[in-house]
Amino acid sequence: MEVSILNWKTADMYNPQLDKDGNLKHLLTIEGLPKKILNQILDTAESFVGVAEREVKKVPLLRGKTVCNLFFENSTRTRTTFEIAAKRLSADVISLNVSTSSQSKGETILDTINNLTAMHADMFVVRHAQSGAAHMIAKHVAPHIHVINAGDGRHAHPTQGLLDVFTIRHYKPDMHNLKVAIVGDILHSRVARSEIHALTTLGVPEIRVIAPKTLLPEQVEKLGVHVYHDVNQGLKDVDVVMMLRLQNERMAGAMLPSSQEFFKTYGLTPEKLALAKPDAIVMHPGPMNRGVEIDSAVADGKQSVILPQVTYGIAVRMAVMSILAGNPS
Amino acid sequence: MSTLPNAEQLFQQLCQQIKPLIQENTALIGIHSGGAWLMQRLLDTLTVQPVHGTLDVSFYRDDYLQRGLHHEPKPSNIAFDVQDRHIILIDDVFYTGRTIRAAMNELFDYGRPASITLAVLINRGGQELPIAPQICVHHMQVAQNQNIQLLQHADGSFYLELEDC
Repeated sequence: MEVSILNWKTADMYNPQLDKDGNLKHLLTIEGLPKKILNQILDTAESFVGVAEREVKKVPLLRGKTVCNLFFENSTRTRTTFEIAAKRLSADVISLNVSTSSQSKGETILDTINNLTAMHADMFVVRHAQSGAAHMIAKHVAPHIHVINAGDGRHAHPTQGLLDVFTIRHYKPDMHNLKVAIVGDILHSRVARSEIHALTTLGVPEIRVIAPKTLLPEQVEKLGVHVYHDVNQGLKDVDVVMMLRLQNERMAGAMLPSSQEFFKTYGLTPEKLALAKPDAIVMHPGPMNRGVEIDSAVADGKQSVILPQVTYGIAVRMAVMSILAGNPS
Repeated sequence: MSTLPNAEQLFQQLCQQIKPLIQENTALIGIHSGGAWLMQRLLDTLTVQPVHGTLDVSFYRDDYLQRGLHHEPKPSNIAFDVQDRHIILIDDVFYTGRTIRAAMNELFDYGRPASITLAVLINRGGQELPIAPQICVHHMQVAQNQNIQLLQHADGSFYLELEDC
């Protein structure tokens, strides 16, 4: 299966993320988001971090609004964090696992959306296996409705990209001086793509992708990244190591000899991590395959910020939802 | 329209009125940005530092649905237990009372204070809610289409500015 960088392009897609005044109306992809909006989201998220540490972990911003989580593809963690984020904003939340409901009875996506709109939903959080699904929904919804892409096929997963960037900025505030390595299954990762766009926009000077050829999209270097096949070279002196999950369920055909072989060559062990800067942070979007892409000693080690990523993910999603809902049509 | 008062003199008067109220169980909270600056300058003059924090009311404003979250909110920072404290809430300009309502709503999400006292530099007129400052060092009438703002010079000294909005 050949996947080229061309499949990653969205130039031909309708991009209705910004309204005519340049405010965020939907969040579909990080690609093309101005630096000003990225910073607005990250700064707002900074303010939401403290909310979770209070006696009452709620603010009243989205009181009276209804947020619909539409998951056409399963993802327990992403759905849960969106649900918690919406609830901490005082919204009413409905989570629909559409793969097991009306879709299986033959209803089209747009009919599902129209039905929920008739029930006065204000915001849709959409996860779909098909690239472009959230764009398509955003194009068809009523003007007062906001859409957030919670992952579409291999295309984008903007809130995950944002929370990763938020985590990096939190631990390494001087973004203009960083070396960031993204390691593993870049080919199937919508996170890697979202992240590369965000890091580039925020001025990170050196982004490395480290993977075997079979797990890299063709012409990936056109995104402005440095490509390494040798993990020992790639990890040298980096400030951030971002491990990606080996996406077994997306591996159509044998691209790798075995997951043990992958661990031996690319898995992040304490020895490999020692090549990075001593204060380098280790990240992983989850769920982790321990012993496949990451060693337990690293995942649970003191350089790991994998669990803070989850915590910050809620603050970032609260920021996105509150910025969108505050930009009326 | 009267000329603008000297902000430094007003600040000194504000300090004089707040200081006698500070006791063991008192906490100071400054509302971003002006109130937080006033509180910081006040703290600089105190030998014993009461517990203190800052509030940004962006997430509690009642005009969010009209205005959205356009300005960048700053994190609220209340790193002490609000429960049963006597809170002195400090802001620069008192106008409609809506900011103070939002601040009190936020404060109660941290705990139940024993009391809240509102101290401001200026009451500009235009109150819309049954909320008023207990300490206010200057009263003036500012037209609806104008905004009075507390600003800080590079050396930290205060001045006031009137602008059209």
